[in-house]
Amino acid sequence: METAQDHIRNFCIIAHIDHGKSTLADRILEMTGLLTEREMQDQVLDNMDLERERGITIKSQAVRTVYKAKNGEEYIFNLIDTPGHVDFNYEVSRSLAACDGAVLVVDASQGVEAQTLANVYLAMDHDLDVFPVLNKIDLPSADPDRVAREIEDVIGIEALDAPRISAKAGLGIDQVLETIVEKIPAPGGSSEASLKCLIFDSLYDPYKGVIVFMRVFDGTMRPGDRIRFMANGTEEEVVEVGYFGAGRFIPCDELSAGMVGYFTASIKDVRETRVGDTVTSAADPCDEALPGYKKVNPMVYCGVYPADTRDYPNLRDALEKLQLNDASLTFEPETSLALGFGFRCGFLGLLHLDIVTERLEREYDLELVTTAPGVVYRVYKTDGEMIELTNPSNLPEPSEIEYMEEPVVSAEIMVSTEYLGAIIKLCQERRGVQTGMEYIEETRVLLKYDLPLNEIIYDFFDALKSRSRGYASFDYEMKGYVKSELVKLDILINKEYVDALSFIVFKGSAYERGSKMCERLKGEIPRHLFEIPIQAAVGGKVIARETVKAVRKDVLAKCYGGDITRKKKLLEKQKEGKKKMRQIGSVEVPKEAFLSVLRLDEE
Amino acid sequence: MKSRSDAGDISVYVHIPFCVRKCLYCDFNSFAASEEVRGRYVSALLQEIDESGSIMAGRDIVSVYIGGGTPSLLDEAAIASILDSISRASDISGAAEITVEMNPGTVTPDKIRGYVRAGVNRASIGLQSASDKELRALGRIHVMEDFLRSYDIVKEAGIGNVNVDIMTGIPCQTEASLIKTIDSVTALYPEHISAYSLIIEEGTPFYDMGEDRLCLPGEEKTYRLYKLTQEYLSDKGYDRYEISNYARRSGARDYRCRHNLRYWERREYAGFGISAASFVGGRRYTNTSDISSYLEAPGAEHAEDRSIDEKSGMEEFMYLGLREIRGVSEEDFLNAFGRNIWDIYGEVIERHTSQGLMSCENGRIALSDRGIDVSNMVLSEYLLHSS
Repeated sequence: METAQDHIRNFCIIAHIDHGKSTLADRILEMTGLLTEREMQDQVLDNMDLERERGITIKSQAVRTVYKAKNGEEYIFNLIDTPGHVDFNYEVSRSLAACDGAVLVVDASQGVEAQTLANVYLAMDHDLDVFPVLNKIDLPSADPDRVAREIEDVIGIEALDAPRISAKAGLGIDQVLETIVEKIPAPGGSSEASLKCLIFDSLYDPYKGVIVFMRVFDGTMRPGDRIRFMANGTEEEVVEVGYFGAGRFIPCDELSAGMVGYFTASIKDVRETRVGDTVTSAADPCDEALPGYKKVNPMVYCGVYPADTRDYPNLRDALEKLQLNDASLTFEPETSLALGFGFRCGFLGLLHLDIVTERLEREYDLELVTTAPGVVYRVYKTDGEMIELTNPSNLPEPSEIEYMEEPVVSAEIMVSTEYLGAIIKLCQERRGVQTGMEYIEETRVLLKYDLPLNEIIYDFFDALKSRSRGYASFDYEMKGYVKSELVKLDILINKEYVDALSFIVFKGSAYERGSKMCERLKGEIPRHLFEIPIQAAVGGKVIARETVKAVRKDVLAKCYGGDITRKKKLLEKQKEGKKKMRQIGSVEVPKEAFLSVLRLDEE
Repeated sequence: MKSRSDAGDISVYVHIPFCVRKCLYCDFNSFAASEEVRGRYVSALLQEIDESGSIMAGRDIVSVYIGGGTPSLLDEAAIASILDSISRASDISGAAEITVEMNPGTVTPDKIRGYVRAGVNRASIGLQSASDKELRALGRIHVMEDFLRSYDIVKEAGIGNVNVDIMTGIPCQTEASLIKTIDSVTALYPEHISAYSLIIEEGTPFYDMGEDRLCLPGEEKTYRLYKLTQEYLSDKGYDRYEISNYARRSGARDYRCRHNLRYWERREYAGFGISAASFVGGRRYTNTSDISSYLEAPGAEHAEDRSIDEKSGMEEFMYLGLREIRGVSEEDFLNAFGRNIWDIYGEVIERHTSQGLMSCENGRIALSDRGIDVSNMVLSEYLLHSS
């Protein structure tokens, strides 16, 4: 496996969602002979079921393939696939840091989108050489000349000679391969220097322990080497090194400067192998770590409870198992008066939350009740203390609060002029502050807004799509915290305060949110034998109310021929329906109700 | 399997699955069939009854109920042969209540006289509504006129105990049409009236049509129709003794349906025919619903079969017994299970009493009017937790 460093190409493919990133990756693997068509199970790199269903990449993946170029020489291609969602921005940035160049895929009819820009800027921040590829040229609506000009105007990279391809139809892939050899620089670094590797992902394997995905920048790593994780100083002994085959790990003797691969070291916890950390030699450490490491903190929190309280230990086990592979998932036990024992879980974003809860339900067969997700607020107390609030129930008394801050993001929205008004209105409704507006072409505008995170985590993306008929794209990054007028909105069902339904809201939106919440809950809570008032309150003062009317009567079925079993089944069904609900005082509340707050903006 | 039981008296249910045509709301095991299939079915029934004789042997048969479907499609000879085979197994008590369900349009004077000769002494006639429009909406085969004629035939044949089924919640039903139905029925002064609500069951044409297209009376209206039935029947001299059953108030005779009461009071009964349910020797089992497997081996295949343990027994005691307006007796519970009803159900009874759904008086626990209105919700709470 001797390949000179100058015959290695480490690259990634970046694109706006649905512009064809994964299809191009598959074609590259197919054309370089790593996979025959028959072996391909659709998109090889997205290998979680969920990823395939949602058409997005959640975990970073890497694969090595060998390309025989037209000059007759063989090149090692390390293709690193990056997660495709803003929730995983930090992982994306670390995967990019492991590359030397990037292939930018742009849909030849849709042109530059918000994620295209965000990804390109991110790649440029990491000093990657970016070259564009115009995809989907076989579509009737394709206009590669226009899009090439757009790329040059907007991004400022050369695009007129960009390969024009159809990844789906397999057109022009050879051109892309040649361009990779030509335009993406070979890795630098020295195999003789002190070891310096970047961790860009890791995976837990029950037999081998944690499998660490890395890029070697300097030095050489071999089994038996004693290594050090520079962020926390822990040391381990390397058991195995290797590279990435198609869907499997292939061990080798060593990995030296410029290589992308993996190592194992009998590590039991992925949290020890933080993405972005630098691995060096314990005996001969490098002087300083690679730049850019940070510990990612969850941005969104919610309570996760088992629908059946007896499943609490199973939920804990399942969360522990998921955490083996997902260092950014955090959880700690909490208790709710309404929901019993559960966990307050932290996520990188709403998609991450969705994925985790869906995996818990699917892979661990758990039925969950989740409370409304919220962001992390900073509460500055009169006694000088600052607390980071992840559970609305823990908000101190108003008298103890000096002021509060909420997280704000900088967002970039690309929209056609036709829907500009509607999108500006949406941003205003969500308390956005405009920071910029540029015409990309005559008919397309790049809007820049600072938006409170809690205004966008639930349904901003959906609202954006529906108000622009799908013609707006969106990307954002965390900006920081700003002071804000926030209050806790409480919900009372049949006069009982329900902790799991409380949420923090901008003071000016409290009345509207409270009314909608009551309306939603009225729709979710089944009628009982008695009337149930539903109230929204701020600081003990009721601001909205709805009533669930009492049931008038049941239907009376004929009892045919003494078929008691049938009668019993009916009663059991009635009772079973109740079991799936949570008892709040004397009211049975279905688990869906706890997510009502999420859908406040649906019409 | 067929051990001799010496546990007191017993009732018999016989299922006749045939109809002239299936009604649009019916999800019960019934269908149109040729005379030939009907003949084979009756033979199979006779075989099943003969082979199951040991269940009834030595026990007083206190009621026989031939239900359907439309049992009155069978001729007098068939009914006589069924009753004969039952009495071969054991004595049908002289005072036994022997009911046949009949649908208007399927009875003739000769046939019913034949039924009476065979021992039938009670008829249950499915009217549902006195409005021909509503009958058509339900997909019934008859009109009001047919009912009146059938009723006369039954009475003239000497059947002195007649039930009439009526229904609320029929598509397009109004208060006026319901009053007309009740007036027309009570004018005949039958001994017994059953009043059920229309339920849209899965697998019926009504279900497939979708509730929106059926023009069903809304919830408030259904409630008014139901309350109206109750009050109106009471005015006309009928006592409600069970959730959906009314008996004519009469000094001398008790016209409550003895056979049905046995279901609510957990007394034993043997069921014959497809889909027929039995409760014998602490077991509840139901025959196959498949006509061809039944014809092949009558009574051999059970779609369901389970023994009723003490927990299920107590549950049944409550959710069946509470269907009776007079409710359940604390003493009966103690005798049946050797446990005090309050030890088992005290918490839920107290809650229901405080919610006005129940009352406890003189050792009896009964649903209130409000409790009856919402009986499914109330009764479901008498199911005990598993484990």
